[in-house]
Amino acid sequence: MAANNPSVFLLSVNGQIEGANFPSYDDLYCKYCFVYGQDWMPTTGLEEGITQITCKGSQSSHKLIWNFPLDITFKSTNPSGWPQLVLSVYGPDVFGNDVVRGYGATHIPLTPGKHTRTLPMFVPEPTWRLQKFTSWLWGRRPEYTDPKVVAQGEGREVTRVCSQGFVTVCFNIIMKDMKKLGYDSGPSNSSNTQSYATTSGWSTDET
Amino acid sequence: RPTTEEAYNFFTLNFEPEPEPEESTSGKSQKQRKTGEDGGQEPEEAEEPSPEQSQDRVRCTLITWDGNGSFRRDVTCTSAGRKTGFSHLRVIVPISVKLPENVRPRYLEEEGLYVGERPTVTSTNENILENRILKMEEGAKWFGDDGRIIALPDPIKESSTRPPLFHMEDDLDPALQTVYRKVSCHHPYIIQSGGRYQLDVDVSGLIFAHHPLFSREHVLASRLAQLFDQYLSRQRNNLAEHLTDKLNGLRNTMRNMLEIHSELSLSQAMQNTRLLRDGEQEKDRMLLKSLIKVWKELKALREFQKFANTPYKLYLRRENVDRQSDERQYESDILSEVWELEAEGEVDYQSKLAEYKKQLGEWKAWKRKQRKKKKGQTQDETEEEDQEVSESEGPDEEGPPKPEPPEKLDFEVIKQQVREKASRIRRKPGEANLIPELTASGKISEAELCPRGELARREDVARRSVFIKILYNDKEVSQTNSRMLTSDFRVHFGEIFNLKIVNCPRSITLQVFEEVGSSCLLLAQVYVPVPHSSVLPANASIEEFEFSSNQRVMFDHEGVGSDVPLSFTAEGSDNVILLTSGKVSCCVSWGVDEDDVPLAPPMSQHPTLNAFFPHSGVGPVDAISHIGSSGDTKKISEWAMQSRLDPNDPKNASIMQLLKVASSGEVTAPDYFRLEQLQEEFNFASDEELAQSRRFRLLALRNQEVPEFRNYKCVPSREREVTDKVFQDYEKRLKEGEIIDTKEHLDSHRALVAKYLQKIREAVIHRFLLASHHFLLSDMVIEEEMPCFGILGLNLFHLAEPKRPLKPQRKERKKVTAQNLSDGDIKLLVNVLRAYDIPVRRSQSSMTSDEVFVLRRQVQVRPFVEVSFQRNVFQTTTADGPNPCWNEELQLPFRAPNGDYSIASLQSVKDDVFINIFDEVSDKDKDKGKTLHTRVEKHWLGSVKIPFSTIYAQSRIDGTFKVNTPAVLLGYSKERSSSNTGAYEAMQSLCQGAFITLFITIEPQLLPGESIREKFDSQEDERLLQAAERFERVAAAEFPGRPCTTTVVDLNGKTVFITRYIRPLNPPQELLAEEPQEATAQVARFVSLIPSLPDRVSFAGICDLWSTCDQFLTLLAGDEEEHAVLLCNYFLFLGKKAWLVIGTAIPEGSSAYVLTLEQGRYLIWNPGSGQYYGQYDTFCPLQAVGCLVNADNVWFNIQEHTSPMRISFDVSRANGWRPFFTRSFAHPGLSSVQPEELVYRHSDKATAVELQERLEKLLRDKLMEWRPHRPTRWNRYCTSALKHFLPSLEQGASGPGGNAGRDLAEGHRHELQNLLGDNRISGFPLHMAFSEMGPVVEAVHSTGVHTIQTANVEFALAVYVHPYPNNVLSVWVYLASLVRA
Repeated sequence: MAANNPSVFLLSVNGQIEGANFPSYDDLYCKYCFVYGQDWMPTTGLEEGITQITCKGSQSSHKLIWNFPLDITFKSTNPSGWPQLVLSVYGPDVFGNDVVRGYGATHIPLTPGKHTRTLPMFVPEPTWRLQKFTSWLWGRRPEYTDPKVVAQGEGREVTRVCSQGFVTVCFNIIMKDMKKLGYDSGPSNSSNTQSYATTSGWSTDET
Repeated sequence: RPTTEEAYNFFTLNFEPEPEPEESTSGKSQKQRKTGEDGGQEPEEAEEPSPEQSQDRVRCTLITWDGNGSFRRDVTCTSAGRKTGFSHLRVIVPISVKLPENVRPRYLEEEGLYVGERPTVTSTNENILENRILKMEEGAKWFGDDGRIIALPDPIKESSTRPPLFHMEDDLDPALQTVYRKVSCHHPYIIQSGGRYQLDVDVSGLIFAHHPLFSREHVLASRLAQLFDQYLSRQRNNLAEHLTDKLNGLRNTMRNMLEIHSELSLSQAMQNTRLLRDGEQEKDRMLLKSLIKVWKELKALREFQKFANTPYKLYLRRENVDRQSDERQYESDILSEVWELEAEGEVDYQSKLAEYKKQLGEWKAWKRKQRKKKKGQTQDETEEEDQEVSESEGPDEEGPPKPEPPEKLDFEVIKQQVREKASRIRRKPGEANLIPELTASGKISEAELCPRGELARREDVARRSVFIKILYNDKEVSQTNSRMLTSDFRVHFGEIFNLKIVNCPRSITLQVFEEVGSSCLLLAQVYVPVPHSSVLPANASIEEFEFSSNQRVMFDHEGVGSDVPLSFTAEGSDNVILLTSGKVSCCVSWGVDEDDVPLAPPMSQHPTLNAFFPHSGVGPVDAISHIGSSGDTKKISEWAMQSRLDPNDPKNASIMQLLKVASSGEVTAPDYFRLEQLQEEFNFASDEELAQSRRFRLLALRNQEVPEFRNYKCVPSREREVTDKVFQDYEKRLKEGEIIDTKEHLDSHRALVAKYLQKIREAVIHRFLLASHHFLLSDMVIEEEMPCFGILGLNLFHLAEPKRPLKPQRKERKKVTAQNLSDGDIKLLVNVLRAYDIPVRRSQSSMTSDEVFVLRRQVQVRPFVEVSFQRNVFQTTTADGPNPCWNEELQLPFRAPNGDYSIASLQSVKDDVFINIFDEVSDKDKDKGKTLHTRVEKHWLGSVKIPFSTIYAQSRIDGTFKVNTPAVLLGYSKERSSSNTGAYEAMQSLCQGAFITLFITIEPQLLPGESIREKFDSQEDERLLQAAERFERVAAAEFPGRPCTTTVVDLNGKTVFITRYIRPLNPPQELLAEEPQEATAQVARFVSLIPSLPDRVSFAGICDLWSTCDQFLTLLAGDEEEHAVLLCNYFLFLGKKAWLVIGTAIPEGSSAYVLTLEQGRYLIWNPGSGQYYGQYDTFCPLQAVGCLVNADNVWFNIQEHTSPMRISFDVSRANGWRPFFTRSFAHPGLSSVQPEELVYRHSDKATAVELQERLEKLLRDKLMEWRPHRPTRWNRYCTSALKHFLPSLEQGASGPGGNAGRDLAEGHRHELQNLLGDNRISGFPLHMAFSEMGPVVEAVHSTGVHTIQTANVEFALAVYVHPYPNNVLSVWVYLASLVRA
């Protein structure tokens, strides 16, 4: 494909799932996956992953640190269905059953540069109070049929959720050919775009 | 101040005269008093007031009734007895006192009337009240019939009905305080785009009619000025002159009319006009007089105070008149008036005279009557009494008074009156005409000449200034400069304010402020009406708006003040009170810009605005109207064309609107207002661009979830990369909707049916797509089932169980909703367990039976199973022998159409799972020396076809299936069990054929779509429907999972009772053979040949639709129910005892079969295949029986088991079958929905032949296509031979008996062998019902004949289509491969 007449644009996402803040839970691990529209396709990198189990350090301020790297590149023809990062955090309950501790999702930032996102996490609530008890007892908490539903709006109105904690993720975004396809994504001269200045070969305004 | 004593007396003293002594005694005491001698006397004595007591002593009588019946009367009469001062009032009042005399108390309650409960009052209080009331005037009227005080029922409820209020009074949160806001009924924006409207407010000046700082002279002067203004305006109107002219005109007309005929119709008008004229003349004269009077007063005042404050001067100009002519005119006027009056008087007189005469006549008549009566009295003495009566009545009916004759008007008197009047209201003849002229030419005296008071006033005036604030919609927008108040109290502003407005004008207010030093005082507010949009500066006139204020202002100097009495006379009478008042002259109009374009809002678009112009008189007119040609839109459009109006200019909006209306002929002016015009700003491409762009079209179609594009990935980013090819399929499908493709289908009729079904399917699928966007909680969240307490306990028990038990129990698999699946997630698991009775090979050459036996021992058959699904083929290992056991699991990937894994999509998957049994034939070539060639061939032995939709609906299929073996299998034969006798043999002959045991499921388990149980409308009796619902409910409660059907839905979507479908119906005449056995077989075959189309595919999961038999035969497609109903009806026609069996079967799941009773044996018919099974047949596909249906009743199976083998079909047994219609709820005689008779079209031989040729050609082409790398040779001899065989096969199949196929196979083999010699032949005929070409091709493909790799193979293919009535076609395909030995 001729470089000055591209048919797709590329979105490269580097970053890491830095850590989480779940005040009352420990020994958590995190699964991640990307949800994207029909016009998107991952070219390189891992679409899904699972982190190590982390327990809270004694000296740190109750933060769970994963520092799990993300590295994926998408190609797309259409900004609709912009990729979303979906996280789900699991950990053992008092009986040792693995239960879900939170779901969360965020869009990949739309502008090149370094971004830090804090994702609020939530879990679905049991329908009945008795179920709340039994699910606690057997460690079979209500779960989403698929973690990806937290990236969709459809059908969410039937669920009730309870907020849990926060996960911090940082992204380094590089884009290619967005502008050539006629999409202008955000500020090009803001302060948080040092990274693309260094990687000008991937920057948007390559002329 | 009154002393306490006085006050006490005031309240307690009895001012009324002494009441009767009875008044203060109870009823009982009264009675006693009457009997006792002195009891009555004593109170009277005691109650006699003594003069010294009357002032400060109160008569307090306390009479108490003690037990022994005597009175004790205490009279405490000292003023010291104040504490008990009211005690006398506590005495019980006897009823007799409270009621009128001689009236007995009446108790309404005792009469049975409801009186309600009286409010509770203590008896003491009541007594006090009663006593007090009685002392009042008319006190008795406070008492009711029962002698008690009239009282309304107690309004107080026992319990409070008002909800308790907490913290209401005291600390209401300030945030919760209610705030009053005015309802705004208009939209805040009047302007659709850009607020380019402007109001020009021109405040030109202010004149005070009265001001507190007026001096007396000013008061007079302003009065003079006002009078003069009045005079001027009267002069302008000149009403008197006008009326005089009118009068003269009337007089002339009158005269003319009198000449012609003596009608006096105008006299009334003339009279009125004259009166009006006289009034006006009088007013004119009075005005002139008062003008002169005020001027005189003013002059007097000026002289008196020796200075002048005002410059006014009144001149009276004399206009001399010609005395002679004036007098003449005057006289003639008077004369004519007198004449008129006389004439009127005459008329009046005449009418009065007539009245008088009439009255006189009456009077006379009465008089005569009286006289007559008197006469009668004297004549007849006997009637004296009567006469007396009449006499006594006489004065009552007073006779009419004697009428007075009317006076005739005296001419002289009239003349006198007229002259008097004229002298009063008119200028005297010859007197000069006085014309007043007011000028302001006088000189105001210098300040030095004025006294101190006046000086102070003038200084005060000089200190004051006036300004006006302009308020728009109650918001201050601007204010004028403050101007000094001048001595003439006129302020000139002359300022124009241009208000650029955005909001709809509601009010324009001018506030007049007076400024003294630094303090401001609001004098008055003037409300200015919002101008009509046609009011522009050019045509706006300055209007004067009066104002006044009622503030009281007083001064200690010469200023007269405001709201202060003021007198001009010396003695102070004739007071006037003057209030500050005046006039503001201003002018409000809509502005114009530099190009003289009015900046007014168009009226037509803003009906809300129109509400603000009620005063404009004329209704809201388009801005167009003042262009000059309202209504003539043609002219306007011409003008618009010439002047090249910019259509996008909002200023021209109203014109463009009008033109549009005129051109299109319809009124499109919206009566609402929305900000939608901004929508265009957001459109990133125009509609045309959107329509043209292929890329946008693709995106739009994908968004609409059009099946072809629903899962389209990566829409290209550039227009040119979207090729038209993408849309080809879609457009083709759209086109196909209209064009009927007769190539694919047999005839146009079938194509029409296919189209009809397609349409229904699309509608249903569309509904499902919509429904699939509604989620349930279970779609989103996986959650444990709500445990009940029993389970809870059990589960608690489970906690103690080991995690990995030694004997694990089967657990239900997790069910997965389809929404989150993608390609490759779903697998179809096929467990091939074993097979029975597989045909075995036959040796090619003719051998002796011994040799055959030996050969059989060596290799009978080496079967393996190949499962193909969605063109993926998997196979098992090869086993040995006719009863192989594989026990293998095959995993087949599943791919949903278009990658759409929604329930609706999965339900509409039409793919079938083909399970084919092959024989692996290895051919060892040893003749080429050292190399050993092993050629492996596979020969098709039979197949089982299971639709995916069945697997999906049932989630697993487990059972033994009959393998669909061809009637003739060249080179193979069924192995017979060695023992030829025994009971088992008889059964074996029944269930002839091979069988295979399978277990099929989907991994992960998919949730089958739940059928929506909608309430369909029905024409059935409501009672029947309720009974049906109850029946089904009870059945479901007792035997969950056992199918019970009483009502079904017909093609029109109406609920129909199931028995209405059963009715004997005639099969086609051709099928009715003489032998009943044969006819039965023929009919069953005919029914099985009608193509099957599962409802679940066509009407994805919604419900089963039952079509009637004629509909079924017309559509030529239906599922098991339709087949079963038709077969049942045919059997009934043939005179059999037949029932419809609702149950579950393999593989189709919930299904319908037919049960017949023949010679004491129950036979179960599979309507889809036309085969029948005995009740005790182990391989019967019917697994469970739910209920039986015939035309009269529905029986539900209440036996313990459901398997046909283990139940009794005797419906008369009450403990086995529960009937729907019982003796208590009898069959209401439901008529059938089926037609009386079925009409068939005769079989069409020509089309059958045509189809046969086409099929043959297609299959040949396909076979060659499937063998792309090898030549495909056709053996003509063999083909012709096969073609020859096929019709006999059809005959054999339709005939009865099972052994025919075997004999046929032998025959075919022999025949072919004779024909072709030494070739090794393997082949088979395929048979199916014809619906479309596709399934035939698929079936041929699945046999794998084309996969033979041998080099010198030849093929033979023959097709035969046998037509049955009504276009039911039976298709035979004979395939054979020949390998030269």
